[in-house]
Amino acid sequence: MDWSALILSLQLAGGTVAVLIPLGILAARPLAWRRFAGKGLIEALIALPLVLPPTVLGYYLLVAFGGNSPLGEVYEKLVGRPLVFTFEGLLLASILFNVPFGIQPIQRAFEAIPPAVREAAWCSGMSVWRAFWRVELPLAWPGLVSAAVLTFAHTLGEFGVVLMVGGNIPGETRTIAIAIYDRVQAFDTDAAGLMSAVLLGLSFLAIGSVYILANRRPASHA
Amino acid sequence: MRDLPGGATLSVRVAQDAPIPLDAQIECAAGELLALVGPSGSGKTTILRCIAGLVYPSDGRIVCGGETWLDTRAKLCLPPQRRAVGIVFQDYALFPHMTAIENVMAAMAHVPAAMRAKRAQELLALVHLPGLENRRPTQLSGGQQQRVALARALARDPKVLLLDEPFSAVDQVTRRRLQRELALLRRAIRVPIVLVTHDLEEAALLADSMCILHHGRTLQTAPPAELMARPASPLVARLIDLRNVFDGRIERHAPGTGTTWISWQGHVLEAPYRPEFGEGTSVSWVIPAASVILHRRDRPSRGERENPVAGTVVEMFALGETATVLIRVAGTDDAVLSLSVPTHVARRNGLDISVPVRVSLLKDAIHLMPRS
Repeated sequence: MDWSALILSLQLAGGTVAVLIPLGILAARPLAWRRFAGKGLIEALIALPLVLPPTVLGYYLLVAFGGNSPLGEVYEKLVGRPLVFTFEGLLLASILFNVPFGIQPIQRAFEAIPPAVREAAWCSGMSVWRAFWRVELPLAWPGLVSAAVLTFAHTLGEFGVVLMVGGNIPGETRTIAIAIYDRVQAFDTDAAGLMSAVLLGLSFLAIGSVYILANRRPASHA
Repeated sequence: MRDLPGGATLSVRVAQDAPIPLDAQIECAAGELLALVGPSGSGKTTILRCIAGLVYPSDGRIVCGGETWLDTRAKLCLPPQRRAVGIVFQDYALFPHMTAIENVMAAMAHVPAAMRAKRAQELLALVHLPGLENRRPTQLSGGQQQRVALARALARDPKVLLLDEPFSAVDQVTRRRLQRELALLRRAIRVPIVLVTHDLEEAALLADSMCILHHGRTLQTAPPAELMARPASPLVARLIDLRNVFDGRIERHAPGTGTTWISWQGHVLEAPYRPEFGEGTSVSWVIPAASVILHRRDRPSRGERENPVAGTVVEMFALGETATVLIRVAGTDDAVLSLSVPTHVARRNGLDISVPVRVSLLKDAIHLMPRS
C-alpha cells in the first residue's frame, strides 16, 4: 500500500474542490439566470472534458504548461520551478478536467430556484449579497454538495490526464490511480488489489452520498 | 401592537414599446385599493413589477409618498431593496427552506433583531395564522401560504402593498374567506394597495377604484359602480363584460325633459340628456343587463312605456338563482339584448326559447359613448 500516493490523491482532490467550487458558484449563477450571446458555446466548453479522451486533454495541457509555452515560461520565471511534472501543474490540470463536475450540478441547482423567490428576497429588503447567503445558497446547497463530491471522487480516479501532465514522481505527482498501475506493472498484485479496494470504497461512498442527498432533496426543496 | 404602516399617495406613469408595450398612468391614495384589471397579457403584472423595481420601463416616473423611486428622465432608478414595497406574488414565492415565522422575519432587516420575533408573531396573528409559525411552506395549505406571504409583505413596513393575483391559486371557498379577510385587514393598513386581478367580480368586491388595462394602456380608472354604469368606450364596456353594447344615432335633444333621443334598430329610445353628442352623430350605447326589465304577461305596469322593445328569446340559461336571457330584437337579425332575471321569475313568465317577450330599457341606465 502506497500511503504517500493516497495522501497525494486526497490532497489533489481536496485542493481541486477548494478552488473549483467557489469558481463554480461564480460561473453557475449567470449561466443559470442570464441570457447572453455565446452562452451555448460556453456551456459546450464546460461540458467538453466529459467527452474528450483524457489523453487528448492531457496532451494539450502538457503542451500548454511546458517550459516552451508562454504560460509555462511565465510560471517558471515567477515561481522558480516548472509547471509540468509538479503538484501545482497537476492541480491546475485537475481543476480544468473537473470543470463539468464542478459547475453543472451547481448550475442545475440555481436553475431550480424559482425566479420569484429571488425577487421576493430583494423585495423583502435583502441586498443581492444577503439574498445569496440567506436564500440562494441554502436552496442550492444539495447541488453544491453534489458538485464537491463528484469533483472529489473524479479527481481520485483520474488517470490519463495525471499521467500526461504529472508523470509518476513519488510524493509529487504519483496519485493512487497511477500507483495502482505502477504496482500492476511490477506484478505486485497484493498492493494493487488493496489500493483498488480503497479507491472502490471511497468512490462508492462519494457517489452513494450524492444519490442519498438527491433522494432527500424534494422534501426540503419543493 | 405597533401601528401598521401609513403613507401617502402612489403615483405611477410608465411607458415602453418592448418587450411588453406599456402606456399606463395610475394614482392610488393611502388606504385606497386600486384594482388593475384586464385580460391576460394586458400588462397588469408588468406595471406591478415596475412599481416593485423588478422591471425597469424605458420611460416613466414612479413616486410614492414624496419619494421618487423611478424617474427615467433624471436617470434615477432605485433597486427593489430601496423601495419600501410589500408584494404578494401570484404563487406566493415563500422561502421554502424557512418556517412561516422565519419567512416573515426575513423581511425585517430594518427592525432591531430583538424585536423581530414578537413583531412577526403579531403579523401572523393579524393574518389569522396563529400556531403554525414553525411550519415550512410545504406543510401549509394554499390559503395558509397566502397568509404567510401577506404577513411577509407587511413585515417590511411597506409604503405600498402590491398584490399580484393573490387569490388565484386557492379554491373558491378559501378565496371567499381570504377576500373577506383582506377587506377587513384594509382598515388597519393605511398605505396604497394595488391589486392585480383578471377577476372582475373580485375587483368590484374589493376595490375602491378599478383601472381597466388593454395592451398595456390604462383605458379608464373609476370606482367599480361608476365604471360598470358609465364605461368610457365600447372597448372598456366589452372588457368589463357588459353585453348590451350597441351602435345608434342621436335623433334630437330635449333639455327640458333631460332627454336625448337615439335611434336604434328601428326604435327611438329615451336616454339621459347628453348634449355633447351633436344631433345626427353616430354613438355607441350600453345598458347593464340588470336594467333591461321584463314585462310581466299577467300584470302590465306603467313602467312599460319606458323604451319598450319586443323580441324573441333565443337563448336562456340559469346559473343558480339568476337566469340570463338573450332576446333577439324583433325586426332585426343580429341585435341581441341580454337580461338577467331571477330564475323563478323566468319560470313564472314561461320564458323559453322562441317565446315572444317585451322588455323595457330603463332610460337612466342607458349610457352613451363615442362610437369606436
